[in-house]
Amino acid sequence: MYVAVKGGETAIAHSLDLIADKRRGDRDVAELSLEQIDQQLGLAVDRVMTEGSCYDRALAALAIKQARGDLVEAIFLLRAYRTTLPRFGDSVPLDTTSMVVERRISGTFKDIPGGQVLGPTYDYTHRLLDFSLAASGERPHAPTAPIDSAHTLPRVGDILERDGLLEPPPKGPPQGEKSDDLTRQPLTLPASRPLRLQNLARGDEGFLLALGYSTQRGYGNNHPFVGEIRFGGVPVCFVPEELGFAVEIADIDVTECDMVNQFAGSHDVPPQFTRGYGLAFGHAERKAMAMALVDRALRAQELSESADSPAQDEEFVLAHSDNVEASGFVQHLKLPHYVDFQSELVTVRALRAEVEQRNRRAALDQAAE
Amino acid sequence: MPDSNIQEGAYNYAYLDEQTKRMIRRAILKAMAVPGYQVPFGGREMPLPYGWGTGGIQVTAAIIGQDDTLKVIDQGADDTTNAVSIRRFFARVADVATTTSTAEATIIQTRHRVPETPLREGQIMVFQVPIPEPLRMLEPRETETRTLHALSEYGVMQVSLYESIARHGRIAKTYNYPVMVNGRYIMSPSPIPKFDNPKLDRSPALQLYGAGREKRIYAVPPYTPVKSLDFDDHPFEVESWTECCALCGSRQSFLDEMIVDDAGKRMFICSDTDWCERRR
Amino acid sequence: MSGPLLAAPILSSRGLTKRFGSRIACRDIDFDLWPGEVLGVVGESGSGKTTLLNCLAGRMTPEGGSITYDSAAYGPVDVHGLSEARRRLLSRTEWGFVNQDARDGLRMGVSAGANIGERLMAVGARHYGDIRRTAAQWLDRVEIEQDRLDDRPTTYSGGMRQRLQIARNLVSKPRLVFMDEPTGGLDVSVQARILDLLRGLVGTLNLSAVLVTHDLGVARLLTHRLMVMQGGRVVEDGLTDQVLDDPQHAYTQMLVASILPV
Repeated sequence: MYVAVKGGETAIAHSLDLIADKRRGDRDVAELSLEQIDQQLGLAVDRVMTEGSCYDRALAALAIKQARGDLVEAIFLLRAYRTTLPRFGDSVPLDTTSMVVERRISGTFKDIPGGQVLGPTYDYTHRLLDFSLAASGERPHAPTAPIDSAHTLPRVGDILERDGLLEPPPKGPPQGEKSDDLTRQPLTLPASRPLRLQNLARGDEGFLLALGYSTQRGYGNNHPFVGEIRFGGVPVCFVPEELGFAVEIADIDVTECDMVNQFAGSHDVPPQFTRGYGLAFGHAERKAMAMALVDRALRAQELSESADSPAQDEEFVLAHSDNVEASGFVQHLKLPHYVDFQSELVTVRALRAEVEQRNRRAALDQAAE
Repeated sequence: MPDSNIQEGAYNYAYLDEQTKRMIRRAILKAMAVPGYQVPFGGREMPLPYGWGTGGIQVTAAIIGQDDTLKVIDQGADDTTNAVSIRRFFARVADVATTTSTAEATIIQTRHRVPETPLREGQIMVFQVPIPEPLRMLEPRETETRTLHALSEYGVMQVSLYESIARHGRIAKTYNYPVMVNGRYIMSPSPIPKFDNPKLDRSPALQLYGAGREKRIYAVPPYTPVKSLDFDDHPFEVESWTECCALCGSRQSFLDEMIVDDAGKRMFICSDTDWCERRR
Repeated sequence: MSGPLLAAPILSSRGLTKRFGSRIACRDIDFDLWPGEVLGVVGESGSGKTTLLNCLAGRMTPEGGSITYDSAAYGPVDVHGLSEARRRLLSRTEWGFVNQDARDGLRMGVSAGANIGERLMAVGARHYGDIRRTAAQWLDRVEIEQDRLDDRPTTYSGGMRQRLQIARNLVSKPRLVFMDEPTGGLDVSVQARILDLLRGLVGTLNLSAVLVTHDLGVARLLTHRLMVMQGGRVVEDGLTDQVLDDPQHAYTQMLVASILPV
């Protein structure tokens, strides 16, 4: 006798216990601390902050710990938390020109005012597994030049722009006007530049990387050069209503990429190089560069270029860049769909019965001849 | 979702802050004013993943109050894991009474089914919707489908039904069967089986549809005509079974097929667990 | 046709000008098209003839000038002054557009029957059997075997696809048809048959049409009047036979002289 299955609540409770257990793992192994994750898995923390749209290293580290290292799951956790936070308003736009730079390079000129500052990067390492890391053991600190926060590095872009060779950066919203916010309003197409950049900044690094890569391989090539990449600290300033002037509320690390792309001109405007822009929290050059490539690709229509490659298709890119949305919808297929499937079964069976009947009749007709 | 995350007072009533609820309610009112029209709304990140019913949850969270009684079903059953999870969520954050009885509920949040028990005036059905755009599989671009709705250019939908008949001899769409609402907008009724479509037509209850990932809300006010698309000579038909429910004997409800042994023996049982229990 | 003869042109262009950046594609185009007339627009590639056609059909927006269409639904209307809704409705009911590449004017993923039936369904036809019957009749009229009704255009030859595109357009009994090199890219023998078909249909249905072609043979067969375009301007116009037998402008003379004798 079939008995309807009950006990969903109990099953869920047990599943939650199991995952908490798995997350902790072997109790004989030392538990990870948030500080360890922040310090020694810092690039994972950077990515979770960027795509989680929330700059808080401790929270991002907690999310990574809770998600057992699954960064998309961690990004989801951080975003869900962010939703509940009260908002005070918009900060003053970040002034990355006055960034205290840890690393700054340009591909467009051999030498630039302020120099090519290599800083900390994997770019010059040889990708040989370092087995000495398998054992713990301290290493001495690397020598660094004293930080001179008064000495900020001029932008390569500004230099090119001064000569009219590079288009000026697009203007932001006028002072005091609220900027579009993708976490508060739905994406509308065609998208404004603020919405587009927000979408890309929060977008999955892998997705943007693939799209940026595709442009380099001919799917909407825009002849990119790295005008400048800079990584370092910038203050975040806010103007509280009661004070009426800006106060510094935080200091954050960001990675910024200015791409210099294919020149364009029109009947009224002589040819000049065009821009692509990328920005990420922490040290995330791959993300910032991919974002800049895709940003520029999505400007194809604006710049009267033919736009027939996936990276240039605004609807395709912006609708599918969010990995929390993508992960949810892809994985939702695990949910019960048996009622819909039942409807399909009924129909497929009926159609097959009709085909069978037709074939039987045809066979009879043929036999009769 | 670990229980320890939701402490007393840590979250607003029904989880969403009042600003967000207000924004959703405005979207709902607009949706009710234009039956079947998809209203964009600033959907929030929720503690459940997209695809798990965040749209339905946001709609319910915006309208639920302490006097409500909430029923949550998935595939027609109250005890499927997702229905359990959502019901627990609201019991905790909204401190609201919950029930498995369709008749007692004031709000029924559902995934993929409409209850067999006829609804009454004053009840609200909240549907979880994965893809709110009925034309999406025919036209992937949102910019184009928005224009098609605005201009009532629905030829492409009728073409797809024609094509289905040409290929299969019948309209082979079995769930998420498109409907015309109030004679103006074509709407996706969410992936309910077409068996449930007739229940939507002039229902005394208010129907609200929430798509969290796609960020759209739409509505069908009580007593609104909802007509399933068809051809005059290929009229809309619902599914039927030769069997009846093995537990309660019902011949009028949607039946789930259960495979009960290794030899593939099958049994048919009401999908709507509340309906089935009441009949036994 | 009831009413006074030559009551009003069905389509008029005044000063039509279209630019792409600094390049002028067509400039100061004036003409009147009368009901039942087929107007040919000839010239080499780059002459601006296709741009002109796209502006007339509402597919591109001109920078200058105006286009007036005498619609059955609303009377004379400024084509580019219409709301997009109205223009789209007109193009599906009173107009037809035959693209050079049939794939641009067909739904390749659905059957021929669905392709032909779409305009009928778009204005409310809801009887599957009737729609199917009408579609089959039209297949016949464009000389395609009726048993191909349920096949998709992907299985059709180039010539068949073009016939299907013509059927898809004409099923709604349009008053004005735009054609862009309707036989371009097809084998010569196929071209000849389609031209015959078009000539027959235009006559029977009393269609007005604007036909763009680089092929003077096509122009001679199908059109009543001709406009010759060079560098975006109309350099000569008149009755087709007159223009082709006695070209006045040097460019027209060169075009006529370049026709290879067969």
